[in-house]
Amino acid sequence: MPFLSVATAPVTGGLEPALHAADRFLSVPISLLFWAISAVVIGIAVRKTNRQIDEKMVPLMGVMAAFIFAAQMFNFQVAGGTSGHLLGGVLAAVLLGPWAATLVMASVIAVQGLVFSDGGLVVMGANIFNMGIIGTLGGYWIYRTLATLFGGEDRGRVPAAGIAGWLSVMLAAVSMSLMLAASGTSPLEVVLPAMLGVHAFIGVGEALITAAALAFITATRPDLLNLRPDRAARASAGGSSATGTTAARAA
Amino acid sequence: MSGSTNASEPQPGRTTRTRIGRWWWVVGIAIVALLVVLLAPLASSDPDGLERVAEDTGFIGQAQNVVGGLFGDYGIPGIDDPTVSTILSGLLGVGILLVVVFLVGRVLARRKA
Repeated sequence: MPFLSVATAPVTGGLEPALHAADRFLSVPISLLFWAISAVVIGIAVRKTNRQIDEKMVPLMGVMAAFIFAAQMFNFQVAGGTSGHLLGGVLAAVLLGPWAATLVMASVIAVQGLVFSDGGLVVMGANIFNMGIIGTLGGYWIYRTLATLFGGEDRGRVPAAGIAGWLSVMLAAVSMSLMLAASGTSPLEVVLPAMLGVHAFIGVGEALITAAALAFITATRPDLLNLRPDRAARASAGGSSATGTTAARAA
Repeated sequence: MSGSTNASEPQPGRTTRTRIGRWWWVVGIAIVALLVVLLAPLASSDPDGLERVAEDTGFIGQAQNVVGGLFGDYGIPGIDDPTVSTILSGLLGVGILLVVVFLVGRVLARRKA
């Protein structure tokens, strides 16, 4: 597969996941702008995570990062000779909260770029924004809204996360399209419908994997669903020791 | 979980009061490693969503990185068998992320600003 090659070495493998932009897809000003935006958001995520998380959540952060990396290597087939893969932001946010999930996603994208040349380093800020921030923070907000509509997280978790997963992929596709248009790579009226059309299919994979993973965890280890800072805080406040914890709300 | 540890306590919550023990994440890592071994070689090599759009709308020619990473695209140099190379690079990435994110998380959980 000759695409997305590194400047110095031709690429031989066939595992370039969806939405990972190559350096020359975006202009230098857009790349720098989104490096700056992503850096600021990561800084906020570090502070929020520092305030909110308990040590018990840390192993789940590591396992989620590993799972998302592994899942992103697996490109599944969608219509018309096109492939796509999980993003994972909504799944991570449902389990870890939006800020720790943002850190997990940024770590995955950083390792993909730094170690495996998947996504350029100049556009890494843009890739982190598209795949790690907008779908994760936006997707989490959509998830919470839908879960409330469905009668609370414990009843509506799986369908709410599935729908939020699909929408998170569409959000990422819109964001990528706007960056491509702003970079002069492709006009918005061309690239936006094309990106949305393809990612409407890829998002179905996101929805199914997100829902299946959460259903699996609900069936096997439901206690892992209560590690998220706001849920852990509520559980401990409702328990025997009503400790005033700093991890009040994740959003 | 009924509030056995508070966020400010540095003591790791390894007590058996909650069901969060040590073993679940070992199982989690095993599942992830199994996914890499079973699924990575089966991954579709068709162009992904962005590449499809890049081809269809004519900017695929710009698909180059100015600065690349350590290894090429999910392969380990010196290993010719593409399946083995993909699996090893997948396991390497999984291991790096486990260590990096675990350490970052632990620092953020323990050193409260």
